[in-house]
Amino acid sequence: MSRLLNKTANKTAGSAVEPHGWTKGVLQANGWLVYAFFYAPILLLVIFSFSDSRNVGVWGGFTLDWYEGFVDSQQTQAALWNSVKIATVSTGISVVLGTMSALALERFKFRGKQVFDALLYLPIIIPDVTMAVMMLLFFAEFFDVLNAVFGTELRKGFSSIALSHIAFSISFVSVVVRARLAGMSSHLEEAALDLYATRWQAFRFVTFPQILPGILGGALLAMTISLDDVVITQFVTGPGWTTLPVYVFGLIRRGVTPLINAVSVVMLMASMTLVALSLLVERVRNVGTNQRRGF
Amino acid sequence: MTAVKLPSDAEAAVATPEFEAAAIRQESRRGFLLAMPSYAYLVLFFAVPLVIVVVYSFATRNRFGGTDLSGWNLASYARLSEPIVRDILFRSLWLALLTTLICLVIAYPFAYYLATRTPVVRNLMLVFVMIPFWTNFLVRNYAWRVILGNDGPFTDVTEAIGLGERELLFSKTAVVLGLVYSFLPFMILPLYAAIERIDKRLLEASRDLYASGLQSFRKVLLPLSMPGVIAGSILVFVPSLGAYVTPDILGGSKTTLLGSYIVTQFLTARNWPFGAALSFVLMAVMLTTTVVYFRKGGRTL
Repeated sequence: MSRLLNKTANKTAGSAVEPHGWTKGVLQANGWLVYAFFYAPILLLVIFSFSDSRNVGVWGGFTLDWYEGFVDSQQTQAALWNSVKIATVSTGISVVLGTMSALALERFKFRGKQVFDALLYLPIIIPDVTMAVMMLLFFAEFFDVLNAVFGTELRKGFSSIALSHIAFSISFVSVVVRARLAGMSSHLEEAALDLYATRWQAFRFVTFPQILPGILGGALLAMTISLDDVVITQFVTGPGWTTLPVYVFGLIRRGVTPLINAVSVVMLMASMTLVALSLLVERVRNVGTNQRRGF
Repeated sequence: MTAVKLPSDAEAAVATPEFEAAAIRQESRRGFLLAMPSYAYLVLFFAVPLVIVVVYSFATRNRFGGTDLSGWNLASYARLSEPIVRDILFRSLWLALLTTLICLVIAYPFAYYLATRTPVVRNLMLVFVMIPFWTNFLVRNYAWRVILGNDGPFTDVTEAIGLGERELLFSKTAVVLGLVYSFLPFMILPLYAAIERIDKRLLEASRDLYASGLQSFRKVLLPLSMPGVIAGSILVFVPSLGAYVTPDILGGSKTTLLGSYIVTQFLTARNWPFGAALSFVLMAVMLTTTVVYFRKGGRTL
């Protein structure tokens, strides 16, 4: 009976919580304005990237010249490949490390766990500039020491950027994977262990397939952030080595040109592709949850 | 794994305290081994750099732009009270606060509206908030440079309305605009999460008890959504305070903020100790706000 009452209460509740009158009008207008605010600048940028005018914000007829310029420019091509290399390497490594930390934190108790948890949180909330300063000073002081200790011949540029990107990517991957693990009971893993699966088998055949969407989501997030980063990369890079955002940032500082419009739109498309992929993963993730509920 | 805590029947028969203790030790070792690589990595490439920044902030800059680590002193921190530095600090605080307030005013009604939609509409609306959140930061700021620039769409609009040719680029207004544009999703998402969790019947009840719309907002909705307000405010305030790309692209050289000032110390002025001290101040603000947030009972950012 009380459940029935609750149900009817919920139904009528909609009417007073549901905005109406002028409140509704204001809320609706605000909603549309927010979306216009979000998307108008992006749309305008795309339009102007096809404009045949030396002035970046003026429409002068349709052209693909700026994109041709992008493809022909060896510097932008080199910077683009550097970005892709960094993103791939740092994402690859941080996915493995981030997933391992997520498993450790979500499924095990161990000494130093709280410190590790806090240490893992910091790279997410620390401002870019501070992290950039940290890495700059670290590599200035210790790069030679590192090379001596590990017997490597790393140079500033690719290695220093990749090492810095891994340092923040681990945290992002681990947060996403942890969220997935937290919403998942460990009963299935325990069942597998009870049925004489080894630890590795239980992980490989039970846990891993379930957290895969989380791992992919974390990887996409790490990749997006790595491809976006300007400040940290600019601080730790070595001579003659640059990524696409740092290169573009440098161009903007020297003065805007329509070529930057075109490069920006290419970067925009890259982000959009990653968003689309992550939404797809999100869907798979939801399907997974539903199946679990049915089970 | 929790398998230890819930032994199967066969195991329970032999589960002595020693057995259990050994099993727990083994589990602890397994967990530690799993965490070990990232732990070591973060200590080496995050904790050590953090300590270096602190050490540098007490060092002295020598005549050649290098840094002497021997004589420790507070000179870099003393410089914080210089008028120029104080101006920059206060300006940054003020602009970051203003950005946070504007985001809050825009995002609150938006989040409430979002929370009262049907699930299908809501998800669609959320996706379109997430897209800018994922889109390249530099590109989004550059877009405003194009819009506000010479003869750009913005001047076209002001001329059309009859305001004449207005220049917005390279001003504080442009910087705040860019910051709001960059960080608005950070405000919307936690606010939405907080408002969506509220039991709507409480709002109902307040209205039934003759509260006006405003009263029910002030006494029920706002207090209950406070965790979202605080989380969103921190997520907007901290990066705004440390912003470097936005003021650089939209503010030009006239509007120096803390983030850009720190960068200048390293890339042009070559005063590393002072730059380190400034970064430490920024980090301290970040840590304080975060700790306050967790103290107030917020769990995840």
